[in-house]
Amino acid sequence: MYGDTSIQKPIEIAEPTSEEQARLEVIFQQKIDDNIKIEPQEWMPDAYRKTLVRQMSQHAHSEVIGMQPEGNWITRAPSLRRKVILLAKIQDEGGHGLYIYSSAETLGTSRAEMIEQLQTGKAKYSSIFNYPALSWADMGTIGWLVDGAAITNQVALSRCSYGPYSRAMIRICKEESFHQRQGYELLLTLSRGSDEQKELLQESVNRFWWPSLMMFGPNDSDSPHSAQSMKWKIKRKSNDQLRQEFVDATVPQADFLGITLPDPDLKWNEESGHYDYGEIDWEEFGNVIHGNGPCNKQRIANHIKAHEDGAWVREAAAAYAEKQQNKQVA
Amino acid sequence: MTEEKEWPLWEVFIRSKAGLDHKHCGSVHASDAEMAMESARDVYTRRSEGISIWVVPSNAITASKPEDKESLFEPADDKIYRHPTFYDIPQGAGKM
Repeated sequence: MYGDTSIQKPIEIAEPTSEEQARLEVIFQQKIDDNIKIEPQEWMPDAYRKTLVRQMSQHAHSEVIGMQPEGNWITRAPSLRRKVILLAKIQDEGGHGLYIYSSAETLGTSRAEMIEQLQTGKAKYSSIFNYPALSWADMGTIGWLVDGAAITNQVALSRCSYGPYSRAMIRICKEESFHQRQGYELLLTLSRGSDEQKELLQESVNRFWWPSLMMFGPNDSDSPHSAQSMKWKIKRKSNDQLRQEFVDATVPQADFLGITLPDPDLKWNEESGHYDYGEIDWEEFGNVIHGNGPCNKQRIANHIKAHEDGAWVREAAAAYAEKQQNKQVA
Repeated sequence: MTEEKEWPLWEVFIRSKAGLDHKHCGSVHASDAEMAMESARDVYTRRSEGISIWVVPSNAITASKPEDKESLFEPADDKIYRHPTFYDIPQGAGKM
């Protein structure tokens, strides 16, 4: 799920400190320009490494925290079919988190370090998961809109210049399509149901539409540090480009569902060949990113609790492994 | 958070179907080989991606260094006579 660059802090680029370093930087940029992927052991500028560690760890955190809003609904799924689907999807999110953590570790950051940064609030995750999942319809809307936005982002990221990240994205994109389709199918079922079910659907989309658009991050005009990420081909398309792609793909799907999207300014623009949409509430976005969303505290508290509750398992497994090893030596 | 030692890292290789090589696909943390195998199965083969898994302690792998690339691989570049396309065989000789 996801691939949000909106939570990136500005990248600090240091001037090369020596002739040798300047030479290496030129070679590095040449590789990027020639679309040669960068692999773990190769030389890379510090800022490139830092940017990747930050982006990848935050991406992985988003996958893992993203399990929470959906996890709440497993026991309330209306049928066995929906329940196994939801379980499989949530398991995928956990898997996606692990692919990306594993890729991020190739840059020399430990898993424990990344988890600590998440739990202490040093590392962020996608703002979308700080919104609660209030109704069963949200399980569909999250798949359709949130995973839909995520796919848009991640398809672009699968062409990223860092080999392990790119490979993880390719793997994730293959699986993500199931997430979006199951969500849309769930909503289609509601759209053909009772008036109450149709209301549930509309109400859910009303809540998730704007936060989904926010997943693409600030407008390009307010995203000055994107340029460096584009130059390094960590980012392949701008925030507004990706957001537009998502809107263009999603509006006809909303029409097919027979629902409205909560934006009076949303309309087809014949001239540009795209949908125009209204201004995003950036103040809300800022609030949620900075910890004041509806669920920020709860999400992290849950993560810490699960992590601490599992400590004895980790310790026991480590002790067992050590014992077995000592036996072998003896 | 309590001080605890991180479980070792294992590299995961998957054979996608009989007749193909095992291919590296990622890594997992696990306390021992058995757990690494179980985790690799859960993380990397949820959609029938494989029929066989290898897990290898990451620190058991010796990798060539990027800076040795030239000395290791460049000597092969000017030995084009090792490739079949180096040789001109007239059409009349038939398929070869």
